[in-house]
Amino acid sequence: MWDYTPTVKDHFLNPRNVGDIPDADAVGEVGSLACGDALKLYLKLDGNKDKIIDAKFQTFGCASAIASSSALTEMVKGKTLDEALAVSNQDIADFLGGLPEEKMHCSVMGQEALEVAIFKYRGMEIPQHDSEHDHGYAYPDYEGEIVCKCFGITDAFLKKVIETNGLTTVEQVTNFTKAGGACGGCIPKIKELISQVLGETAAQARVRPEKLSNMKKMQLIQEVLERDIRPLLWADGGDLELIDIDGSKVKIAFRKACAGCASSGNTARMVEAKLRDLVAEDIVVEEVSQ
Amino acid sequence: MKEIYLDNNATTKVDEAVFEEMRPYFCELYGNPSSMHFFGGQVQAKVTEARVKVSDLLGASPDEIIFTACGTESDNAAIRSALEVFPDRKHIITSRVEHPAVLTQCRNLRQKGYRVTEIGVDGAGRLDLEELRTAVDNDTAIVSLMWANNETGVIFPVEETAAIAKSKGALFHSDAVQAIGKVPINMAASNIDMLSLSGHKLHAPKGIGVLYLKRGTPFRPFMVGGHQEKSRRAGTENAAAIIALGKACQLAGQHMDAENTTVKAMRDRLQDALMAAIPHARINGGGAERLPNTTSIAFEFVEGEAILLLLSEFGICASSGSACTSGSLEPSHVLRAMGVPFTCAHGSIRFSLSRYTTDTEIDTVIREMPPIIARLREMSPFGREHLKGRA
Repeated sequence: MWDYTPTVKDHFLNPRNVGDIPDADAVGEVGSLACGDALKLYLKLDGNKDKIIDAKFQTFGCASAIASSSALTEMVKGKTLDEALAVSNQDIADFLGGLPEEKMHCSVMGQEALEVAIFKYRGMEIPQHDSEHDHGYAYPDYEGEIVCKCFGITDAFLKKVIETNGLTTVEQVTNFTKAGGACGGCIPKIKELISQVLGETAAQARVRPEKLSNMKKMQLIQEVLERDIRPLLWADGGDLELIDIDGSKVKIAFRKACAGCASSGNTARMVEAKLRDLVAEDIVVEEVSQ
Repeated sequence: MKEIYLDNNATTKVDEAVFEEMRPYFCELYGNPSSMHFFGGQVQAKVTEARVKVSDLLGASPDEIIFTACGTESDNAAIRSALEVFPDRKHIITSRVEHPAVLTQCRNLRQKGYRVTEIGVDGAGRLDLEELRTAVDNDTAIVSLMWANNETGVIFPVEETAAIAKSKGALFHSDAVQAIGKVPINMAASNIDMLSLSGHKLHAPKGIGVLYLKRGTPFRPFMVGGHQEKSRRAGTENAAAIIALGKACQLAGQHMDAENTTVKAMRDRLQDALMAAIPHARINGGGAERLPNTTSIAFEFVEGEAILLLLSEFGICASSGSACTSGSLEPSHVLRAMGVPFTCAHGSIRFSLSRYTTDTEIDTVIREMPPIIARLREMSPFGREHLKGRA
C-alpha cells in the first residue's frame, strides 16, 4: 500500500474542481489511456485575459494523479498566467505534503498540462508525437528527439526534468517522467542524458589541455576519474578502480554493480570518451579483471 | 472497519485449526527434529505425519515431498536442478504469463547463455500448444508451466504439456501454487516431474513451501549443507510451519468440494452481477477454464489503483492487474500477453475468494462497485468521451 499523506488522500477522495469548463480560455491535455494516466486541464481567465479565475480537470489515473490534478487546480486559481507558469512539479508535490518518489510523475503530469494549456493559449506550437501506442495525447515537445518510445518523451524534456529536480539515477528519471518504465529500451539513452546533465554542471568551462607531460597527464586522468566518472557509477550502485596508466593506455577494473554487469563494455567506452574529452585524444581504456 | 478479504490469490488467512496445530511447536515442543533425544524425536514424528498429509492431498508418496521456504524457492530449485542434471541441454521453455518466480529466473538464465522460449497465450489466456510442440527439442532441459494463473485463474492443460515435454526427454515442472487445494490433483497418475506448492495460499502460514519431486527424477539440491529432506534441501526444518501445512492440506482436501460448489457459486454471482451492472467491462480469461475462486474484470477508461483505494474505503480488499508504480507502468505482463486492449488493461481488478468468503460480503461488493466505477469514469476524460458517444 502506498504511503500517501493525508492531503493526498483528501484530494483523492474529495477531489476539487472535477469537470470541464465549456467556454474555457485554455485547455491542456497530456498523457493517454495507454500510458496509464492522462489529464485534461481547463482554465478560465478574467476580463483582462491575464488572471486565472477558474480551473477544472478530468483525470484518468491512480490516486496520486487525481490528487495532483486537484491540487493543481486549487493552486493556479487567482494566479496570473506568468505566475502559474512558475509553478513547478515540486510545488504540486509540496502542496500535497509530498508524494512517494515512484509517484512524482503525477506531479510532472500536472505541471505539463498547465504548461501546454498556457502555451497553446499564447499561440505557441505544441506538436504531438506518434509514440508506439496509438493515442492522441502525449507529453509536449521540447523540440527534441524522442527517447522513450513507449511514452513519447523527448531528450529535451528529460534533460529539463533531470536538471530542475537534480536527478542522478535512471530509477529517479522513471519515477518522475515514466521514461524507461515500460519496455526499458531507452535506459542506456537516459543514462547518457543524466551523464550529460551532470557533466555539463561538473565540467563547465573545462577544456582539454593542449599539451601534457606524462606526470600531468596521469594526474589529470586520476582527477577526471574521481570527479567526473566515479560519481556517475556510484549513482547506479557501481564503481571502478584505476589499476594502471601506461602511456595512453588506462587500465581500469569495475567494482560493485559494474563488475560483471552485461553493459560494462558500454561503461568502459563512456569512461574512454570522457577521458579523451578532458585529458587527451589518444587515450585507450582497457578493462582488466583484478 | 471489518475487512472483506477478496485477495486470496495474494495470501490467505491462517485457518484457526491450523494455527492451533502449530502453536505448541514454538515455546513447548521446540526440539530439533534431527536430534537423537526424545524431545526432538516427538517433533520428528509430527513432521512425518505432516508429510503424509501433504502427500495425500497431492496423491503422492511422502518421500516425494521436499519442504522448502516458499513457492518461489521451489520454482527456483526445480529449474536450477534440471539445468544441472542435463548440463548439455541449454534450452528452457516457459510461458509469457508465468509468475515472476519462474519468469525472472528464466530471463536471468538467458543472460547467462541459455536459450529461453516463452510460449504465448490466446486472448482468453489459453496456452498455445502448437507453439509448445514446435519449441520442444532435444536441447530442452526443462519445461516449466504454471497449473493455474495467479491473475486470471486460467488453468493450463499441464498433463498434456508434460507429455509433450517428456516426448523429447525434458523434465516438466509446474508452479501449482494457485491450483493446489482448489482443483483435484493426483500425482500418482501424472507425467509431471516437479511441482511447487506454497503454504500461505491455502490457509497455512507464510514461509513454508513444498517441492514435489517424482520418485526417480534426477535432482541436484539448491540448498546444501545438511542432511535434512534426504539431503535434497539442507537447513533445519521449519517444524511448526511444516506441521501447520500438514493440517492445512488435510483441511484443503476436505473443503475441495466446497471450493468448486459454494465458492464457485459466489464467484459466478459476483462477476455476473458486476458485468450486468457495469457497462464496458470484460472478464479476463472468461472464455477459458478457470479456478473456481478467481475472477479478473477489466473496466474500461479507469485506472486500477484508484478503484482499489476506493474499494478499500469500504473495507474491500482486492488486487489490480496493473501496478501503477514507476517500474511497472505497463499493465501486467499477463494481460499484455493476452492482448487485453490498453483501454481497459489499466483498469483490471482481481477478486479472489476463499472458503471464508460470505454471501453478505459478495453483496457488499456488488452494491459498492458500480458507483465507484461510475465516479471514476465521470472524472476520466476518456470515460466521459466514450460513454457520452455510446450511451
